[in-house]
Amino acid sequence: MTEYQDTLEFLYSALQSQNKKNVPLEEDTALVADIGLSSLEVMEFIEKIEDHFDISIPLNILPDVNTIGDLAKKVQELNP
Amino acid sequence: MLFDKFREMADFQAQLAARDVKPFGAVTERIISATEGIVEGREVILAGTNNYLGLSYDQRCIDAAREAVSRWGTGTTGSRLANGSFAEHEALEREMAAFYGVDHAIVFSTGYSATMGMCATLAGPGDTILLDADSHASIYAGVTLSGANIIRYKHNNPEDLAKRLRRLGDDTGRALIIAEGIYSMYGDIAPLREIAEVKREYGGYLFLDEAHSMGTLGDTGRGAAQAAGVEDDVDFFAGTFSKSLGAIGGFCVSRHPQMEAIRYCIRAYIFTASSSPSVIASTREALRIVQAEPQLREKLWDNAHRLYDGLKALGLPVSPAASPVIAIEMEDRSATIDCWKALLQAGVYVNLVVPPASPSNNYLLRNSVSAAHSTQQIDAIIAAYAGLIDAGLVTPSQAA
Repeated sequence: MTEYQDTLEFLYSALQSQNKKNVPLEEDTALVADIGLSSLEVMEFIEKIEDHFDISIPLNILPDVNTIGDLAKKVQELNP
Repeated sequence: MLFDKFREMADFQAQLAARDVKPFGAVTERIISATEGIVEGREVILAGTNNYLGLSYDQRCIDAAREAVSRWGTGTTGSRLANGSFAEHEALEREMAAFYGVDHAIVFSTGYSATMGMCATLAGPGDTILLDADSHASIYAGVTLSGANIIRYKHNNPEDLAKRLRRLGDDTGRALIIAEGIYSMYGDIAPLREIAEVKREYGGYLFLDEAHSMGTLGDTGRGAAQAAGVEDDVDFFAGTFSKSLGAIGGFCVSRHPQMEAIRYCIRAYIFTASSSPSVIASTREALRIVQAEPQLREKLWDNAHRLYDGLKALGLPVSPAASPVIAIEMEDRSATIDCWKALLQAGVYVNLVVPPASPSNNYLLRNSVSAAHSTQQIDAIIAAYAGLIDAGLVTPSQAA
């Protein structure tokens, strides 16, 4: 499994508790449009990722993040 | 369509109108005193005004404003950089700097423009801002304009701040840490001793918004940093004139001599008209009173404890500790609106707070206490909340 796929797997598992609609979680699943995360839930999700990878994710990048895959790529950039 | 994004808000407004409720923009038709008014046709106790020391209606402040409007006219008609710097503005800046024991002060037309303008200007591209997750909207607006990397730390969590500063490595010299003295929704006080320790260990500059704490905390009313004994660790103090000082406007003070260069880089300072001289005059008088009458703070805190203890004794889900701001947190929007309306009908005006203004997905009945509240008024507020329970509008189990 590649590091990118490791990151994706973590994001899938971290999202489970917030996936109230039981949407199938895939790389192109949209955090807000598909899963229905509120802005507060997005931030809670981001905090889980930050703690797990020991990184800080700047708020500035969030406008470019729509899908789980978008976020996994950003995590990879911040955690080389 | 351009207007589609406003549909949700329009629907919410329609729901409120259908229930004959106007919690946002409720009209005060007459002010009777600092703590009483006619709101939406009812005589009410004002318990949602941030008028912590009651100075908005102090006769000395009114007289100062009246004298200034006669001398200076109604407005400056220009920005501080152009024709809008009157002697009153410079005098207030000198007095604010002296109050904080520093050499530099900038006075802004509103508190929002003070924090927004400073946060947008102090850090820029290549710098990093670390802000508390529950920061005020003006701070979020400012940092978004700054071009800096924006990192949130968990609310009132110095360990999380330390972790994030550690991750910056050698770049902490370009880091701006932002905290507030008292947070506006729950009234909780920042752990400033611990935040100052983190700053000393890792570096960075500390910007502290004392909007709700200036006048309410500290031996001489300078705020939460004074109360915590860490003023030397704060690089920039910001605040407002629209709460404890009972007027409108904002400020930033600092010991850093670069403030005089920074002043001319703040767009929210450069491109807006300066405050009316009458506003500045009442603010100057209020600042004098804050320093001369510490008993106002004592009365404020007596009232805060009385209200907090009374609401807690009712079993209501009150915010973490007694404070000039005391919130009741509820999960259900409709029930919270019903409570707000019932409180108004019982003669008490409080603030209704809905997400995203509340720091969680919950709804708040937000009370702000004043030194001008009488003991009887505080007890009347508590009785109005007891009435909510009696009417079955709220129970501890219904709350968040």
